[in-house]
Amino acid sequence: MSGTLIIGATSAIAESTARLLAARHERLYLVARNPQRLKAVATDLAVRGAERVGHEVLDLNDLAAHEPMLERADGFLGGIARVLIAHGTLSDQKACERSIELTLRELHTNALSVVALLTPLANRLSSRGTGAIAVISSVAGDRGRASNYVYGSAKALVTAFLSGLRQRLRHHGVAVITIKPGLVDTPMTAAFTKGLLWARRERVAAGIVRAFDRRTPTVYLPAFWRPIMFVIRALPEAVFRRLSF
Amino acid sequence: MISRTFSSWGSVVRARHAVYSLASRHDAFPRISPGSTVLPYGNGRSYGDSCLNPDGALLRTDALDHFIRFDSDTGVICCEAGVLLADILRLTVPRGWFLPVVPGTAHVTVGGAIANDVHGKNHHRVGSFGNHVRRFELLRSSAERWICSPDEHPEWFAATVGGLGLTGVITWAELQLRPVAGAWMQVETVRFANLDEFCRLCENADSVSEYTVAWIDCLSRGRRLGRGLLQQANHSTHSAPDVPAHDYRIGMPFVPPLSVVNRATLQLFNTLYYHRPRWRTRRHTHFQQFLFPLDRIAHWNRLYGPRGFYQYQCVVPGERAADATASLLQAIARSRQGSFLAVLKRFGAATSPGLLSFPQQGLTLALDFPNSGESLERLFGELDALVAQADGRLYPAKDGRMPGWLFRRGYPQWQEFARYIDPACSSSFWRRVTQEA
Ligand SMILES: Cc1cc2nc3c(=O)[nH]c(=O)nc-3n(C[C@H](O)[C@H](O)[C@H](O)COP(=O)(O)OP(=O)(O)OC[C@H]3O[C@@H](n4cnc5c(N)ncnc54)[C@H](O)[C@@H]3O)c2cc1C
Ligand SMILES: NC(=O)c1ccc[n+]([C@@H]2O[C@H](COP(=O)([O-])OP(=O)(O)OC[C@H]3O[C@@H](n4cnc5c(N)ncnc54)[C@H](OP(=O)(O)O)[C@@H]3O)[C@@H](O)[C@H]2O)c1
Repeated sequence: MSGTLIIGATSAIAESTARLLAARHERLYLVARNPQRLKAVATDLAVRGAERVGHEVLDLNDLAAHEPMLERADGFLGGIARVLIAHGTLSDQKACERSIELTLRELHTNALSVVALLTPLANRLSSRGTGAIAVISSVAGDRGRASNYVYGSAKALVTAFLSGLRQRLRHHGVAVITIKPGLVDTPMTAAFTKGLLWARRERVAAGIVRAFDRRTPTVYLPAFWRPIMFVIRALPEAVFRRLSF
Repeated sequence: MISRTFSSWGSVVRARHAVYSLASRHDAFPRISPGSTVLPYGNGRSYGDSCLNPDGALLRTDALDHFIRFDSDTGVICCEAGVLLADILRLTVPRGWFLPVVPGTAHVTVGGAIANDVHGKNHHRVGSFGNHVRRFELLRSSAERWICSPDEHPEWFAATVGGLGLTGVITWAELQLRPVAGAWMQVETVRFANLDEFCRLCENADSVSEYTVAWIDCLSRGRRLGRGLLQQANHSTHSAPDVPAHDYRIGMPFVPPLSVVNRATLQLFNTLYYHRPRWRTRRHTHFQQFLFPLDRIAHWNRLYGPRGFYQYQCVVPGERAADATASLLQAIARSRQGSFLAVLKRFGAATSPGLLSFPQQGLTLALDFPNSGESLERLFGELDALVAQADGRLYPAKDGRMPGWLFRRGYPQWQEFARYIDPACSSSFWRRVTQEA
């Protein structure tokens, strides 16, 4: 029986993923900052079949609280076997352009708090020689764009950090999985008009579970984003600079 | 403020709405702009305009999709109002419990099922959905939250069951399920040559089968008037484990420029369906196939093209039910406008719990009509008169056009109900049927 730690468990994508794990009767430990919603999610997962569900409230920008939380999660799960890190905020780019403070806060939430989690997690799991760490980054981290480069650069940091961590843990039995969703219909993107490129959260969740099971290093979800991002990354800067999207 | 185009299942009305969402059952009722109104929105499976509020706002409940409790000893389930009936069945059937009442699609929310007090093919045995609701929480725009049950705030319970979303938003509900051995049903299909034969068959079928429903060829006339197929079913008593996924097998990927449903295709389909070989058979069938046959075709409503379609569902009570139904079928056959299949079912004597509940003892007839404009409006006028004459009424969940007088006549308690309407709530349907009163 494997136990999964889910960070940012009230995220729509994380919750959909957790439902798939609950249906497989797995053991779950949930961390999120909104107590009422967290409790609703935890209860729901228990009804849906999870073997045991533990939860605790935490603002992940409170870095000092990470270590005790990991300790409790480890205890509850009988050893963390898998981790999904899903929390994040879609930064208001225009507002960031006017406020350094906001920009740094966004980088803190989307990048530094993730890095702060990854180091102790990597050390714990590698010392046991087993496990998998998956983090939801984004296609937005593949190349900075005018419309959201604060968020994008935070995700780029996460992607690069994971890539290095994956090399480091290669011989320690720990899989490091970079999840790169494209456009997903969730509360984070409620204000956007949805078109053909948009995916349902359930589809992305199924992709995350598959990546866990197969220990895939990097997944684009849905998969059609891989060729799209290949082209976007390959565009010469002289061309890319003139585009606006 | 986010705004989006919403339409209902019949696609006749498409309109932009301001959109509010409840992110959690603990959320406050949204503060809407003064002078505006809001209507709770489930999964949009109502056919006409009772789930729409153009010029106003909708309150989405799709994030209220959490289970709260399920006791597999007693079959009591408590869940948030945005949970789909399909999700409940997926969870509970493997554990031996089934929803006591389901409509013809499982893609409706618990909130929507309560607000329309929906009925199923087993109405003659178990009544409507509201008969199995133990309690729910009603959130009002005044920020009050009331637990409503037949004993607690019973007047709010009666107003909200079948209350068309107008009394406030239901945040969660507790339902009593019924035991089943598994996912399978024993289904028998019998052909009948006309309406008299249907009534005779029903006498017996309703006493031996939990579920009964008839499909009628609405193009046949004269001696064959009301010919069709009667399906009767019971839950199988031996269990087979398999619960196939609810995935759609096929789908209608786009809206064709014209309705695919027209006279030629109708005639062909109805004749073939009636004469389909191997009808008098007993079959072992998965519940999804028997109860939700159309759920396998995603977006089948698109077949009707960009102008959409109407459904006409009435109930005519008492002694005159069979005669009135014959007159309705005659009018429809004469007009040659009916759709693939008309559905006919006998409602039982159960008392519906809601002030505005649709079901009452008698015969209910339901059929779809491609939106063909004026000629259809003429036919509807004719049918309305027949329904009124027989003291019947139409089903708001399926309606997008009934005249106000017919609603008020069919639902004499509408004024009493109006006292319970939340001042922040309104719908296109409600304004339409009460405006000229
Ligand atoms: C293929 C098909 C077959 C059908 N067969 C049947 C049938 O056999 N029997 C039957 O009775 N009906 C049937 N229906 C109709 C359907 O069951 C009802 O219209 C049902 O109410 C739709 O639920 P929904 O979740 O889509 O709600 P919506 O259509 O979105 O809303 C329906 C009503 O519920 C209200 N509402 C929704 N959520 C809440 C909430 N949380 N609190 C308060 N009010 C709320 C809305 O304001 C609205 O008035 C069928 C529909 C289809 C498409
Ligand atoms: N949706 C997309 O299109 C998309 C695309 C690519 C990548 N992603 C990534 O996918 C992940 C999940 O997002 P989602 O789409 O599921 O959106 P979501 O439902 O809005 O989830 C984001 C979650 O992060 C939580 N969170 C934010 N800051 C936090 C903090 N400081 N401490 C604790 N929790 C915090 C939020 O909690 P509260 O609810 O309490 O605020 C929320 O539950 C994110 O990393 C996002 O960047 C999303």
